[in-house]
Amino acid sequence: MKKFTVINTPVHNIDGVAKITGRAEYAFDVKLPHMLYGKILRSMYPHAKILKIDTRKALALTGVKAVVTGQDTLGIKQGIWRRYKELCDEEILARSKVRYIGEPVAAVAAVDEDTAEEALDLIEVEYEPLPGVFEPLDAIKEGAPQLHEHAERNINVTRHIEWGDVDEAFRKADHIREDWFRCSSQHHVCMETHNAVASYTPEGRLTVWTSTQSHYYIQVLLSWMLGLKESDVRVISRYTGGGFGSKFEIDSAQFCSSLLSMKLFKPVKITLTREEEFMATKRRTPMFYYLRSGVKKDGTFVAKEARVFTEGGAYTSMGATALYLTGFFQTFPYTWPNYRYDGYRVYTNTAPTSAMRGFGAPQATFTAETQIDLIADDLGLDPIEIRRKNAMYPGYEVPGQATIQSCGLSQCLDKIEEWIKSRGKLPSNRGIGIAAYGFMSGGIFNWFDTPYAFSSAVIRINYDGKVDLYVGSQDMGQGSNTTMVMICAEELGVRPEDIRLHMGDTDNCPVDLGAWGSRETLMQGNAVKMAAAEAKRQIIEFAAAKLSPNIVYDLDIKDRWIHLIARPERGLSYFDVVKEAIRGKDGQPIITRGHYTPHRKGMISPAYSFGVQAVEAEVDPETGKITLKNCVTAHDCGQVINPLGVEGQLEGAMAMAAGYGFTEDMPMDEGKILNPNLVDYKILRSTEMPESKVMEVETYEPEGPFGAKEAGEGLTNPTAGALSNAVFHATGISVKNLPITPEKVLEALKAKQRKKKK
Amino acid sequence: MDKQLLRITVNNEYRELYINPKRLLVEVLRDDLTLTGTKRGCNTGACGACTVILNGVPVKSCSVLAMQADGAEVATVEGLAEGGKLAPIQRSFLDHGAFQCGFCTPGMLMSATALLKEIKKPTKDQIREAIHGNLCRCTGYNSIIRAVKAVAEGEYREKVR
Repeated sequence: MKKFTVINTPVHNIDGVAKITGRAEYAFDVKLPHMLYGKILRSMYPHAKILKIDTRKALALTGVKAVVTGQDTLGIKQGIWRRYKELCDEEILARSKVRYIGEPVAAVAAVDEDTAEEALDLIEVEYEPLPGVFEPLDAIKEGAPQLHEHAERNINVTRHIEWGDVDEAFRKADHIREDWFRCSSQHHVCMETHNAVASYTPEGRLTVWTSTQSHYYIQVLLSWMLGLKESDVRVISRYTGGGFGSKFEIDSAQFCSSLLSMKLFKPVKITLTREEEFMATKRRTPMFYYLRSGVKKDGTFVAKEARVFTEGGAYTSMGATALYLTGFFQTFPYTWPNYRYDGYRVYTNTAPTSAMRGFGAPQATFTAETQIDLIADDLGLDPIEIRRKNAMYPGYEVPGQATIQSCGLSQCLDKIEEWIKSRGKLPSNRGIGIAAYGFMSGGIFNWFDTPYAFSSAVIRINYDGKVDLYVGSQDMGQGSNTTMVMICAEELGVRPEDIRLHMGDTDNCPVDLGAWGSRETLMQGNAVKMAAAEAKRQIIEFAAAKLSPNIVYDLDIKDRWIHLIARPERGLSYFDVVKEAIRGKDGQPIITRGHYTPHRKGMISPAYSFGVQAVEAEVDPETGKITLKNCVTAHDCGQVINPLGVEGQLEGAMAMAAGYGFTEDMPMDEGKILNPNLVDYKILRSTEMPESKVMEVETYEPEGPFGAKEAGEGLTNPTAGALSNAVFHATGISVKNLPITPEKVLEALKAKQRKKKK
Repeated sequence: MDKQLLRITVNNEYRELYINPKRLLVEVLRDDLTLTGTKRGCNTGACGACTVILNGVPVKSCSVLAMQADGAEVATVEGLAEGGKLAPIQRSFLDHGAFQCGFCTPGMLMSATALLKEIKKPTKDQIREAIHGNLCRCTGYNSIIRAVKAVAEGEYREKVR
């Protein structure tokens, strides 16, 4: 029999039919009887004291049912890093001070959205404007306006990572290079904007339909903020219209609709507009990066030093994680023997910065990979060769941080080298740039302070053999629902269509921390596999009596057939055995559980993906415009579970990462975003997307289910760096300030011309 | 404002309803006719999530007053499958993994459907052009283009008959 019957076959997305027929009901579509509509009043000042809020006129408007302000809250400062009190700094509905433009100060519930909107204009807020500070390098200076009482010089979090003897190693380097980089912000631009329908009933229970990456986090954070028991808050999120890191913290729609509903005992719906989404939801962290790298003449990496100042915005959110991960992934995927990192997250009067696909790693990879090509150029070395010389390998230990088990990086380099050779000589103004990368498969550190396992699953097998699989993982489009069904089907020995998946509901699903940090395939996958293995064991118990194996381990189930492994033709129907098993078990369905919490696996993650990407780009020397011509990626995600899903993840990540590289930016003026709409904020459109080719390099990851690891975020890391290297090889200029816009390219080309003339 | 009579055929079904003439087509489809398959991503005509087919032409229903569709025929994503049988473009989207979160998908399907009615065998560039107004943040578009191309190449013709 084949090794797998389900794994590594292209399985249709199990939510597919609902999605392509328009039947899938997102929270955005939820409409309840007697539902009211809410709107949020947001600060127009980047930094101001709230002196007084007068809501009387708004309340007098016909159709307005309630107005809430910070005074209606419990005044709790929340944060997702619950374990650390000083990192819990956001009230969501500000009580006495606003710190960014767009911060919520009041919310209205009315009979319709127009009325609620009209009421916002009638709320009178008296502010005392305070001087603001908008750039981290300004905010960290002595005497700069201070955002939070507890944070002197606006320093929010600091991080230090060090191994080896960095200073001594630099003395031994043949060549040392220093560069400054600026990494811009980026917005998630989920097609479904943040929204929630909250319904509080006299039994004291709150039900919230929302668009989220983690119903568990939202349940816990809402219950804390509202003074309810966790189990009295039910969060439902069956379909999520994109997340990318923006939807696992509690947001203003969820909190304000809940507050209003608790006041009115009626359902209240709040949907953020696209403009609100841009100005007042979280975004990718802008970073100022100083890199100093020392190498030997032959390209051997000797020592690296990185100093990073990040624009934190007004609150911590997930910023502490981004600060750590950018420092950690700065060395990836190489064997730097000596490394020192100092990171500073600085509060500024701008919208908070937080998690976004890649989570600090795209910034690290852009800066590191751009500098590596500059070093290779300084020394006359080949970009592939210098990477190969220093590449991580299976069994490598990142000192004090992580152990790399599976690693297909060198195979990825081979495949990309082959592709580059196949391109032959390129036309002028065209170049190929490469970038190598790695990423985590879920985080280890319990900053949320959950008492539960990181992932759990429950299986119930019914009399007809159909399987109910209950998971806590959240599918926001990445396809984890299908992945979990496939893992369950493979392990149990049935077909995907035999399984009904239950997810997205805290009342009915076990806890999983949610879809972030590329954790679902490995962590939720392991929990599902464990539950399925136990169910299989119980079924085989009943089959053993009839099949008389020498020992019970000689039996297996594949494709609904319980059989002797050595003689697969001798067996029994899975369905028949389940029927008898249930009769024999006091008429009880087979119910099993699985769980997974990573432990003793280093500081960061139990497993890492690897890859190399090549981007071919053309630069118009007249206009500075960049056109993407080709994008080829060799990727090691361990054992592929669903090729259809992996391909989609990789292609999609590349499009988002390319946008980060050359089209997307969030320019601000005194804390006000200048392009809060989809015309001026430019995500790639179909006509700008090049052909993209994905080559899988399969490895076996011992920690992952069936050897699998992440394929969700890693590919967001390389593209900006590969693109900047492509521009460098096409034109000889290096733009160290993202995004690489035509203006910056032209400016650099002119500077190069001037230098030549001299 | 006085309500006006809107006579509209949606997915081959004739409907009459009294509406505020300021209301948008997307609002009437979603709120009055409960056809929530059609999404809204920006309300400014920039994202294409609300694309429907109006008298054969793909339009962004957030940029059309419902009264402008008076007497017209409108097709939405809910009308693609007939009698429980998926349309070729839907089958192809499934086979090619041409969607992820699914929020842009109804609009994408309608733009693709309109294209395939107008041009029998579009080139890849024509497909890219046809969905230029539909933003997708998940897929990077190429799987969608492969899906539309497969239908244009007739790969799904046999299965329909």
